[in-house]
Parts: sequence; structure tokens; C-alpha cells
Amino acid sequence: MSLSLFKSPFLRRLAGLLIAAALLPGAAHAALKVFACEPEWGSLAKEIGGAQVSVYTATTALQDPHRIEARPSLIARARSADLLVCTGAELEIGWLPVVIAESGNAAIQASQPGQFMAARQVPLLEKPAVLDRSAGDVHAEGNPHIQTDPRNIARVGEALARRMAELDPAQAAVYQARWKDFSTRWQAAIARWEKQAAPLRGVPVVVQHKGFPYLENWLGLKQVAVLEPKPGVEPSVGHLARVAAQLQATPARAVLRAAYQSPRPADWLSQRTGIPALALPYTVGGNDRASDLFGLFDDTIEQLLKAAP
Amino acid sequence: MLRPAFLAAALAAAFPAHADADLDALRAELKEMKSTYEARIQALETRLQKAENQSADATAKAEQAAPLPQPEPARSNRFNPDVSLILQGRYAHLEDLDERGITGFFPVDAHSDSGRGFSVDGSELVISASIDPYFRGYLNAVLEDEEVEVEEAWFQTLGLGHGFSIKGGRFRSGIGYQNEQHPHAWDFATNNLVYDVLFGEGYGQDGLQLKWLAPTDTFLEFGAEAGSGGAFPSTDRDSNGFSSVALFGHAGGDVGTSHSWRAGLSYLHAKPQGREFAGSDINDVEVVGDFSGKSRTWLADLVWKWAPNGNATEQNFKFAAEYFQRDESGELDGDLSGPYSADQSGFYAQGVYQFMPHWRVGYRYDQLFRGEVAFNGADAGVTLASLADYDPRRHSLMLDYSPSEFSRLRLQYTRDEAQQGIDENQYYVQYIYSLGSHGAHKF
Repeated sequence: MSLSLFKSPFLRRLAGLLIAAALLPGAAHAALKVFACEPEWGSLAKEIGGAQVSVYTATTALQDPHRIEARPSLIARARSADLLVCTGAELEIGWLPVVIAESGNAAIQASQPGQFMAARQVPLLEKPAVLDRSAGDVHAEGNPHIQTDPRNIARVGEALARRMAELDPAQAAVYQARWKDFSTRWQAAIARWEKQAAPLRGVPVVVQHKGFPYLENWLGLKQVAVLEPKPGVEPSVGHLARVAAQLQATPARAVLRAAYQSPRPADWLSQRTGIPALALPYTVGGNDRASDLFGLFDDTIEQLLKAAP
Repeated sequence: MLRPAFLAAALAAAFPAHADADLDALRAELKEMKSTYEARIQALETRLQKAENQSADATAKAEQAAPLPQPEPARSNRFNPDVSLILQGRYAHLEDLDERGITGFFPVDAHSDSGRGFSVDGSELVISASIDPYFRGYLNAVLEDEEVEVEEAWFQTLGLGHGFSIKGGRFRSGIGYQNEQHPHAWDFATNNLVYDVLFGEGYGQDGLQLKWLAPTDTFLEFGAEAGSGGAFPSTDRDSNGFSSVALFGHAGGDVGTSHSWRAGLSYLHAKPQGREFAGSDINDVEVVGDFSGKSRTWLADLVWKWAPNGNATEQNFKFAAEYFQRDESGELDGDLSGPYSADQSGFYAQGVYQFMPHWRVGYRYDQLFRGEVAFNGADAGVTLASLADYDPRRHSLMLDYSPSEFSRLRLQYTRDEAQQGIDENQYYVQYIYSLGSHGAHKF
């Protein structure tokens, strides 16, 4: 329709009336407000929701999701959220419970449809057999860093699209259509990444934090050492030296760390052993190329391929 | 399978038999058709079976490639409440003083600091869980020799929505900043002078709290509390009404990704009746009595935190300051009796800097202003040495090391000038250990 139509005052008023009439009986569509704990879920919600959602992402790729403070700004944003999308599996246990309790928002409380935990949608790896804090910062339900396997993104996305449709039935068709479109492109991308990453199968790597089991599982990388002596415990120089010595016997081709982690341990080891240190984006926004979910894996695979034999 | 038979029947019905010869020919034809159909269907079935087998193989292969267990439903033992226990203790190197007090202020008879040498502070037992979809419950009990003190025992609504929540029972009042923190969450081994003279440790209400969070992107929270006022500066009045009312408002937000803040203004109104005190007169003779009247406290607080890119793991800085103004008026009774009024104020300001992972250093300055304190129409210092005109202050310097988020060891030096005529150097070594599912801390 030509915009010049609206130049007529009468038509403009008529249009105004029509819009008002459309708004009155509740047909008005306010965007579904999503509070995403981590950038990957924020991006996923945007892919599915498009213009129908407004997404607030609580953390950035440069922040350690284990160690966020229950800042007033987070509580204020959680107050008006219709849907909370977080990883769960105790990843956010240090801050999210306070944010939810202080939000005064009934919709996002535990077991409400407005609380969506991604880790519930995928099978978790590394479930500890024994729960004891002497083992470091272990998560009882399993390793929560699920976003490093794109197949998990697909699993979560499918459930998230259903949840969004449930919460916002008026736009259900939009969410399903957008999800279908994304899913098709995503599956094609996975096939492409898997093809590109074929040379990575069996490649030995060192990780700084046990944050990559899903990536390793997907691409067939072989984790031969961890820089943190225990999850969440900073590596000491002594421990790094032992890892370096161990790597002489079982050499690795890359040292992996997430963008938010301190570069020091990986760089130290890299200098000692000549094994390249890779700062993987880990989530959306982890570097310039990882500006969306596709970019995240494009960059991850490309960086890893540098380590391929 | 039914199809060929059905087809035959239909054909038979469609061709009425005129002659036997015709009929025989037709029968033969039908038979042939039937067998052809059957052969074709059989071929199709074999192909289908083959395809099914192939897809089953593919699934099996896919499952082999990703040997992942299925998502597990939440375990039943998750119904158990979260339990955590905090162990705290310290070694204090203090001077040998007959008594410690804060000159110019009525003492609060609450947790008096443990003495010199090695001592175990109260162990905090915290139990919390969702009660049902509508309520959450929380208990904080401090275990000490021969006693268990219930610091907090409350329920909080979960499902009111629209930013509202109601808390009821015994809870730490939402006034000020440090008030809701238990000692294990303090940044220093000792309390600051402000909370020392205002509440002893922190102000607890036995009553109800209504909070409302505004639907804005900037954090704006308002709260009102009414309680029976069992704790200093209030007293239990043995009445049906409320003798303690608190109002507070907090605002907060982020500045860029590296800075965040919260500021607040609070008011506490209490009507103590027969609030006991002990002091000393100018001849150093102990004086006991009680105070009845009104007590009004204003508190302003500000917290500013910095962490590069919002990632506090490596380095971070926290600044906190609170200012109070309290005015009390009423009657003293006991060894001394007569009208009493006090208009007093004070503040503390502290900075804590994590300069590398696990290590923090902090400095705190506490300053009280004794202000106007009148008894029987004259300055109270004329009658009571413990209310002499003196502005107490304290400097504290601390260094702490946290091997993990569940343990902390702290060294502290305090220059204590809280009591007139005494400048004391205090040294503390403190440990704080947290066992079990230690809940998240507030900002």
C-alpha cells in the first residue's frame, strides 16, 4: 500500500481508529519479553521470535556465567520478563536464584512455563558419580556447557519454539515458521561444519576449563589434559609444569579456552610447549566473527582447523 | 491384504454372469489379475521391509555415534531443602581492657564480640526451599554454646506477581545495605561502628514486609515493614500493635558493562519501652536503667562495584558507604531518671579490591558523631561518662584469601578509637567456611 494514502487526514484518522479497535480487544501484540541468561540463548530466542520478541541478555561472552553478581539491573529486567531462558544445571546457581526470588515476577518462578532451562532439553555429559566439593566446582546434574555442540542448539531451539508458542499463542504460527526456517538452515550448517571438521576427528587437545565436552563429543576431539587441576580452581605454575611434562609424552595440537577466561594459563603453556593456544568464542559475541549462532560455529571450526594435522 | 479380495468382489459384482462360458473366462481373467496383484504387493512389501531395516540401521548407527543418555527427570531427593552450614572462627590479638564500649552511645546488648585469643563464632545453619508453588521458606539459625538463636525464619510469596512480594516471620529488615548480610558475608572480620551502635549486628523484624519492584529497566524497589520490634533500638512492648515500622527505597543499575551501583534511603521508627542500658557515671560507678520513648533512624546507603567487562573473576572493586542519623527522645528510668534526647549520626565507608584471583585487600573507615545528647535539660556527659562528648572512630585494614568460593581466610588490623581515651591496635585472623549448598549472595 502506498504511504501517500495516509496523507489524507480522514484516512489517517480512520487508520488510527482501526488500529485502536485492533488494540482494544486484546488483539494487541506486545512483544514477548525474554530474559536470556547467556548470549547463545538470547540469540536463539531472537532467531525464533524475530520482531515478535524483545530479548535482554543478562551476560556477555566476556563474563564467566558461573560468577555473575545478582546485580540490581538484572533483577529489574527479570521483573518484567515473560520468559526466562537459562542454561540451568546449576551453571547460574550463584546468582540466578536471587534474581528470580527478588524479581517479584510470578511468571518466571520454578516450574512455571515462563522458566525455560536449556540443559533440561539435552542429555548431559560428565555427571559426577560422587558429589563432593573436594572435587572442585562440580555440577550435580552434569556439565552445563551444552552450547558448544550445535546439535544441542537444535534440540534446545525446538523445545524453545514450542514454549514460546505456548506462552504467546497469537504468534505461534510465526514462531513455528521461523523455527522451521532456522532449523533447515541450521541442519545444513551442521552438515557443512561436520564436513569441514572431518580432519579434527581424533585430534588431541588440552582445555583450560572442562568446558568443552560437548564440542569434543561432536567433533571427535580427544581431550588429553585440563589446565585447571579441578573445575573452577585456577591452575598453579606447578600444575601447569606437570601438564607441560605430561604433554611431552602425549602431545596435543591445541590449547582451548573460552573467550571469558584468563589467557594466562593457556598462553603460559603455549609458550612452554609451542602448542598453539586458541581463544574460542564459546558463545555469541565471544569475538567479532561470532556475531550470531552461525558465526559462532564458523569461527570455532575455522580456529580449530588451524590445529588439524 | 484385503485389497485384492475386495477388488475381486467388486469386479464380480460389476459383471453380472450372463453365460457360464463368459463366467469361466472372466474367472480365469480374475484369477490372473489376482495373482499379478498379489505378486506386486509382495514385491512392494519386501521393498518396504528392506527400507525399514535400513532406517533402523541408520538410527542404530546414529545412536552409536552419539552415545548420549536421555534427559533425566529431576531426582526426587531434590525435594530436600538446600542446607548449608557456615563455620566461622577467629584469633584475636587485643589489649587487656576491663571493658570495651563506644563512648557517646548507648550500648546495644546483642552479639558482644567474642573475647581475646582463639574463639569460635556462631555457626550458621541455613535451610531453605520452595514450600509449594506459592511460598519459599528460609531458616537461619546460629548455633552457639548452650543456645540456638533463630536469626531468621520466614516465608516469602512467589506468585503474587506485578513486582510484589510479601515476607513474614522473623527476617533481617530491608533497611540500609549491610543489614541483610550475615557476618559471614561481611567484608571485614568485625562489624562497622554504624551497625554496632544502631543494631548490634543487624536489625531483625518479627513481622511482615511488603516489597514492590517497579516495572522499569532501572532497578526501583520500595518496601514497608511492620514488626513487634523485639530488637534494639526497639523493644517488645507486649501489645497487639506494631512498635517498629520501617520504610525503604532502593535504586540501582549498571553504567556500561563494567560498573554497577545501588543506592538507598531507609527510615526506621521504633517505640522502645523499658529498653535497658548499662553505663558508668563520672565516678566510674556502674549505672543501669531503661529508656522509653521514640527512636527514629534514617539510613542512606550507596554501593558501587566495578569489574572489567563485568567479569569479576580476575579483578574487581567494591565501594560501600552508609550514613545514618538517629534521633531519640523520651524518659530514662532506673538509677537515673528524667527526660532524655539524643540526635546522633555517623557513617562508614569501605573499599575492597580484588587485585588478583582469590586475593582481596580492603580498607574501612568508621566515624560516629555523638551529637547532641541531653539528660534532664543538660548535656548527658555531665552525668554519664559513657555518654561523654566524644566522636568514636575506627580504621580497619584487611587482606583476605579465598581458595574457593566456599572458603576464606582473613587477616585484619584495626585501629580502634571507639572508646574515649583508648587507642587500641587490634589484630584478627579469621576463617569462614561454607559447607553444603551455599545459596547465592545478594548484590
